[in-house]
Amino acid sequence: MASPTHPIEQTQPAVVRSTDTLLRFEDVSISFEHPVLDKISFQLARGETKVLLGEAGTGKTLILKLALGLLKPDAGRITVLGEEISAMREQEMYPLRRQIGMVFQESALFDSLTVEENVAYRLIEETGQITDEIHARVLEVLEFVELAQTWALFPSELSGGMRRRVAIARAIITQPEVLLYDSPTGGLDPVTSNTIIELIVKQRDVYHTGSLLVTHRLQDAFTMASHYFDRAQNKMVPLEDGSRRNVHTTFLILRDHKIIFEGTAPELLRCHDPYIREYLS
Amino acid sequence: MAILSLNDIAKDKVESVQAYSVLAGRSLSNLFAQPRYLADTLLQADSIGVGSLPIVVLIGFFTGAVLALQTASTLQQFGSLSLTGKLVALSMVRELGPVLTGILVAGRNSSGMASELGSMKVTEQIDAMRAMGVDPTKKLVTPRVTATVTMMFFLSIISDLVGLTGGFVISYLLLGLDPNQYWTTAYQALRFGDVFMGLAKPVFFGFIIASIGCYYGMTARGGTEGVGRATTQAVVSASVLIVVSDFFITKLLMAFFQY
Repeated sequence: MASPTHPIEQTQPAVVRSTDTLLRFEDVSISFEHPVLDKISFQLARGETKVLLGEAGTGKTLILKLALGLLKPDAGRITVLGEEISAMREQEMYPLRRQIGMVFQESALFDSLTVEENVAYRLIEETGQITDEIHARVLEVLEFVELAQTWALFPSELSGGMRRRVAIARAIITQPEVLLYDSPTGGLDPVTSNTIIELIVKQRDVYHTGSLLVTHRLQDAFTMASHYFDRAQNKMVPLEDGSRRNVHTTFLILRDHKIIFEGTAPELLRCHDPYIREYLS
Repeated sequence: MAILSLNDIAKDKVESVQAYSVLAGRSLSNLFAQPRYLADTLLQADSIGVGSLPIVVLIGFFTGAVLALQTASTLQQFGSLSLTGKLVALSMVRELGPVLTGILVAGRNSSGMASELGSMKVTEQIDAMRAMGVDPTKKLVTPRVTATVTMMFFLSIISDLVGLTGGFVISYLLLGLDPNQYWTTAYQALRFGDVFMGLAKPVFFGFIIASIGCYYGMTARGGTEGVGRATTQAVVSASVLIVVSDFFITKLLMAFFQY
């Protein structure tokens, strides 16, 4: 991965305070025509990345939408950044959502706006226009995702992988406390997928942003658990054998409306559950 | 496709009316809350007002012209050809100007709003907006409602004026009516109640056009096919509601002005 010329200034704390809880699900249930999630509970600590795995239709994307308050649970409590959102009205949630970044499965870029307007969307909401300061900030985050040259283009002029990277740039421009990634590598070729995963690892290790990541690709999940971002080399590198470096990445597997596994990569590999063995094979 | 019971259909309809009412109410209450998105409102006003102007002028002119042509033959039987101006003025200002403009703007803009917002909905752009802490009803719905209501008011006035001109052209060129007589009878025929009726209706119609278009767009489901369905439903519902509400507004205002 090429080196960005102007890395974004680090504003997040360098030390991860793992005791701080960013997100907490307590006995959350939701059903549509049939139950999708049934009394699931988990929490996300500051600086932690939780990878959500499971078959299609098990409610992984639903968890992200519940965490953002885009959907309401039928039962249970969801607490985001210390505020219980399950009882909040839509209007009350807008200020809270500004502290959360979301990367949608199909990018969900505004097709009538340029890349710059898309990335700066939140900032333009505050100022009403693109100021020199905002333009500089947009170029910084676009350099972070290595797409600085595309700022004047429209989303339709970009490839699928580039659109995902612009979506990541849009999500991180305000340096949110929580990032939610919905299948960020879905439908992409392995090389582009690796580029996206490297960006997510970079965000995790450089800014220590807590994140929930939904993926169908096991190799992406294990890459995240077995690599870290080396700032000196400015690239993602594998953990050395016997390394005690904590990459703050845990896995969560959903099946039949429930969480059937929650733990680290080594714990997952040691798991003897027949379904999980089959899922991993 | 599952067959729905009457109970489910009724519930579905009630829920739709409830969702529409909430959206329509919020589009109005947003006027009193920041941010107000003035630039978006002006952009929509340009698209709806200036964009609809050519068809409104064209249809208004020929409606006035054909009105003069049709009524003249009847009036001539009673020797009252001189009243052509009065008839065209009353018909255009009280009914045809607002209603025809409403139906034209509904056909052009209700569909446009439903397809634009519907495309945003099915590609998760509306969810992305909510996820970024931006209220889509404030950003997308209120500017469209404000712009349509304002532009419908002015478009109806233009339609009335152009319709009267169309009637005049026919009266002068084909019927040989004196221009002074045409304009004097047209002017004298209009009372305050007529003008008020002609100016109040477009405000209601503008609200119907924009709120219906936005509602069908914001609730579109099922990909491109769903967007197409939302577009059609928006035009049909807005047009029907304009005609039906026209009757009730007319009845109410006629009672108020003691016609």
